[in-house]
Amino acid sequence: MTLKTITLTVNDLVETVDVPQNMTLLQMIREKLSLTGTKNGCAAGECGACTVLMNGEPVNSCMVLAAECEGANIVTVEGLAKAGKLSTLQDTIIEAGGVQCGFCTPGMLISATALLKRNPNPTDSEIRSAIVGNLCRCTGYVRIVDAIKMAAK
Amino acid sequence: MINPHPGLPELQYVKPATLQEASKFLADNAGVAKPYSGGTDSFVRLRDGILKLDYLVDIKGLEGTKELSFDPQKGLTIGAAITMNQVARHPDVIKHYPNLAEAAESVASYQLRNRATIIGNICNASPAGDTIGTCMILDGVLKVHGVDGVREVPLNSFFLAPGRTVLKPGDVVVAVQLPLPPKGLVGTYKKLGRNRIGDLSIVAVAVLGYPTPDSASGYRFRIALASVAPVPFESFKAEGVLSGNKITPELIDEAAGATMDSVTPIDDVRGSARYRKQMVKNLTREALTEVWTKLSK
Repeated sequence: MTLKTITLTVNDLVETVDVPQNMTLLQMIREKLSLTGTKNGCAAGECGACTVLMNGEPVNSCMVLAAECEGANIVTVEGLAKAGKLSTLQDTIIEAGGVQCGFCTPGMLISATALLKRNPNPTDSEIRSAIVGNLCRCTGYVRIVDAIKMAAK
Repeated sequence: MINPHPGLPELQYVKPATLQEASKFLADNAGVAKPYSGGTDSFVRLRDGILKLDYLVDIKGLEGTKELSFDPQKGLTIGAAITMNQVARHPDVIKHYPNLAEAAESVASYQLRNRATIIGNICNASPAGDTIGTCMILDGVLKVHGVDGVREVPLNSFFLAPGRTVLKPGDVVVAVQLPLPPKGLVGTYKKLGRNRIGDLSIVAVAVLGYPTPDSASGYRFRIALASVAPVPFESFKAEGVLSGNKITPELIDEAAGATMDSVTPIDDVRGSARYRKQMVKNLTREALTEVWTKLSK
């Protein structure tokens, strides 16, 4: 099967990558770009561990073909910190104790970052609706919601 | 057992430049090529081995697929590449078809709704499809491009069986057209899942009502049911109950009972047939009561 060459922006860097046509964006991020912060949980678009920003909007990267990302702007969890300084959400999720095993955390941060961008002052209900697609097996979500509220202030 | 391997089976990604090219390619490769937009149903089925393909044909960006527009004369046009989130937050949808925004927003998660499309929901033809019932009772018509050109297919004649529609090889659904809603229309979408939000429906009910001089009760109701039959379907029996007499809580109850009588649900991992029958009655009653309360103000 012939490879496809795509050029896209990932965490503010322009990358040119040769991808198999059936490779997902998730696989490309992890295997071709070595950005292993983004995780594979379910490979079905349900758990959100693979969430990245694509052109500003959160998507399940396991459900996107790398081949269709020509010209796309991708942000992964590695791209949230700027010049070595953690983002507000990254600080508050640590402060609120919203990380246990950490597996859901990258996807959770991406979803929350997008939420606060479109809704800077969300209610509890709006926060919970926004992270419906990010499953956490450890924390029970309360401290994650707290972290997002803290960051919104 | 679902295999959570992140890869997809070997296949080729095809991006045709025009609808004509797409239809020809799909027809020439019938059975091993499939159009896709968000891929949120196709990828799952590919990974499960239910769907076997050599080619995935990306139809996003073909003529008409990115249209999302409201015409005060003709109604709403939703292209095949338009996502659930785009529909749910569009000001004209919120203003003129709020029940469609409600149905679109009930799907899965925010991330998934950035890829999932209304057209994909329709073409996947699951009886659980959240937006199908609402589009049906809004009298939606599909614009389909095939090897023989463009044709229109009303939604009420589109579904044959779970996952099966009248589409033929070479067909690409370009858009759905929803006519102008009748004046005074009120609608709602009630969905029962195993959790508060995010699940596929155990049962769901889409109801709309509007005043009309053409019925003895002064109102016409449309009721579409999800996850209780092989296809999403409209319960004409229940609608008939609500057009004959003055609308009262007792009549609403009778209509809810009529939906229960008209459905043929199955036992599956999300619920039993018996539970679904009872729940479709309760959800219909709840939805009708809510719509009637707003209509009768």
